[in-house]
Amino acid sequence: MGFEYAPAPESRSIVDIKASYGLFLDGEFVDGRGSSFKTVNPATEETLAEIAEASDADVDLAVRAARRAFRGWSRMSGKERAKYLFRIARIIQERGRELAVLESIDNGKPIKESRDVDVPIVAAHFFYYAGWADKLEHAGLGANPQPLGVAGQVIPWNFPLLMLAWKVAPALACGNTVVLKPAETTPLTALLFAEICQQADLPPGVVNIVTGAGGTGQALVSHPDVDKVAFTGSTEVGKAIARAVAGTDKKVTLELGGKAANIVFDDAPMDQAIEGIVGGIFFNQGHVCCAGSRLLVQESVADEVLARLKRRMSTLRVGDPLDKNTDIGAINSREQLERIRELCEIGEAEGAERWAPACDLPSSGFWFPPTLFTGVAQAHRIAREEVFGPVLSVLTFRTPAEAVEKANNTPYGLSAGVWTEKGSRILHMASQLRAGVVWANTFNKFDPASPFGGYKESGYGREGGRQGLAAYLKGAEA
Amino acid sequence: MPTTAPTDPAPGLTAYSEVTASEASLRRFLHGLPGVDQVGAEARAAGLGTRSIKTTAKAWALDLAIRMVDLTTLEGQDTPGKVRALASKALRPDPADPSCPSVAAVCVYGDLVGEVKAIVGDQVNVAAVATAFPSGRASMAVKLADTRDAVAGGADEIDMVIDRGAFLAGHYLQVFEEIVATREACVRPDGSHAHLKVIFETGELQTYDNVRRASWLAMLAGADFIKTSTGKVQPAATLPVTLVMLEAVRDFREATGVQIGVKPAGGIRTAKDAIKYLVMVNEVAGDDWLDPDWFRFGASTLLNDLLMQRTKMTTGRYSGPDYFTLD
Repeated sequence: MGFEYAPAPESRSIVDIKASYGLFLDGEFVDGRGSSFKTVNPATEETLAEIAEASDADVDLAVRAARRAFRGWSRMSGKERAKYLFRIARIIQERGRELAVLESIDNGKPIKESRDVDVPIVAAHFFYYAGWADKLEHAGLGANPQPLGVAGQVIPWNFPLLMLAWKVAPALACGNTVVLKPAETTPLTALLFAEICQQADLPPGVVNIVTGAGGTGQALVSHPDVDKVAFTGSTEVGKAIARAVAGTDKKVTLELGGKAANIVFDDAPMDQAIEGIVGGIFFNQGHVCCAGSRLLVQESVADEVLARLKRRMSTLRVGDPLDKNTDIGAINSREQLERIRELCEIGEAEGAERWAPACDLPSSGFWFPPTLFTGVAQAHRIAREEVFGPVLSVLTFRTPAEAVEKANNTPYGLSAGVWTEKGSRILHMASQLRAGVVWANTFNKFDPASPFGGYKESGYGREGGRQGLAAYLKGAEA
Repeated sequence: MPTTAPTDPAPGLTAYSEVTASEASLRRFLHGLPGVDQVGAEARAAGLGTRSIKTTAKAWALDLAIRMVDLTTLEGQDTPGKVRALASKALRPDPADPSCPSVAAVCVYGDLVGEVKAIVGDQVNVAAVATAFPSGRASMAVKLADTRDAVAGGADEIDMVIDRGAFLAGHYLQVFEEIVATREACVRPDGSHAHLKVIFETGELQTYDNVRRASWLAMLAGADFIKTSTGKVQPAATLPVTLVMLEAVRDFREATGVQIGVKPAGGIRTAKDAIKYLVMVNEVAGDDWLDPDWFRFGASTLLNDLLMQRTKMTTGRYSGPDYFTLD
């Protein structure tokens, strides 16, 4: 008999999901005036709650509330604003398990990731930017830095709470007020965050949350009284936003797609490189803009790397996101699952070879096995387009120059990984790669002190670190 | 005195005969092994440590862990009475529950092998530490005599220490030859041999690169088991060190077809820790190693915690330490 892990589900009883949710405007939950939509558990397709879809009028109310609150919030001393942010950070830690369980239910990501990655980094972001709130004049961004005003923020479904933290924490620390629109498939943790704002006695209107789909987002970013637009999501929507705000005074930061190269040299620390490849693409079901979705492996070790990678992939546990032993959870939505399937079929049709370990997938819900494609050419769509799923394209290279050329040969430029035991090669590669983040002998590491953002079609502006403050201060450039 | 040479090396191993032909070739080979990234290895070990093993899986793992214990006493104050008591416990760890399995072996100093053997007979193995344990600082003649003495006394397994000084000085061939010689000293007159466990004292080797090199060195020299520590140096066994060794035995079998066992020893005190190791064995080396023939825990206090958790699983209640024997 082998070592069969018995189910170890995290209890759902800690979260209390209401039948329906309104909008969070001016410190209160209010009913929306538009229609509503449902959010489902992607692991079971069970409907979790009815969510109000904010109309243009609702968005207008939210922006007005944020504008009213801006007066007091921006004039409050940094030290006082910091107190609120520290309080929010502590409440996030205290209610960490609740947030993690709710995130896994609404998003489909495994509880070990929401518990050990998402929620701790969320709290860390609030702590980090709380620390900046009274030190803005020492950030090297001008002698008397001033907030922009009202920030309209639109975030994606892959890291619902973490993207909220990346947007809200620096905005508030700098004295801005915000109207935030979470993704339509994952609104629940943002609404729980609204409760946390109430619990922290945050002044009404400083944070407003409007739920809805694309129309709501469009109303928000094109609202004339929004001073700053911050968006994380697809390049397609990012371009639409850039067009919508063109010719206005609005400041914009966009964090968009990616097609990162994870480059493995023949002198790499092999076992850790395999872990890095697996973590790079299968973390969060591959729903990661900076995912290492293109493996570039040196030809001299390609066979060995592939054999080890396949063996490692066979130990990945796909299933119930709330089971503490699950490595890969559910795909966030039927729509996304269809897109992943379509791109994989195109990959096969274009001549790449598809491989996935044998794994039992649950009968209901949205699932996709960890998959890799070998024999991929630069010209294949799976090597160029963002799949945003647990699908790895494997390409080979012969020399460092060829690795650089292939890695940079993409319209994106968000992240890259380099695996080698040779320090000088790491520094050389980092200087050659046109990507906002280059990880060396690691991948998908996030820290609030480290700026994050892209080159080219991966967007502009930086989030995180001192540079992240510039996106929310007048006259400052990252 | 070995009358028969050790059995011929496995066919997969002959390909490596050139590697061990000279100091230079052995060094080139060991230094050509892929490096270990410390941060990555520790992160992987910590990640595996978060597996949640419950109910039936936990009950299964606890029994397996008990069967894998090398129940150990290696004190200057050990007496025949003390080791006899330990031997009785090894046979019947939980006198109140006959369904509780025996441990794998009792591990003592060479002069006490006979005392243990008298109690356990053939039901539990007897392991003896040898080769000037724990420091390994003695002449080769003394180390070999120490080994032969224990084998002649009836030891089923020999736990030898490598010369860490020689290893750290880069004298890999010297370490290799010492292991080969000790392996020969393990041969009994009938041609069978006591199983050889090679202790690296990873707390003294310090780096994971060294642990990987020592693992390959010992496996090429004919070790049956590779073992982390004596228990006399801190840190002793850790999850990341064991991870690197499990990767080494996995890769070695893939390269040569020869399977080698792994024994973390020292510092593993709780059932929870033991289960983390078993998860690691399962996911890194594979379930072929989930057997007392291929994985052991060198421990003393671990056994009582395993028993306490086992009783909790069967009765639903925690009992106190007074319900388990102290030996």
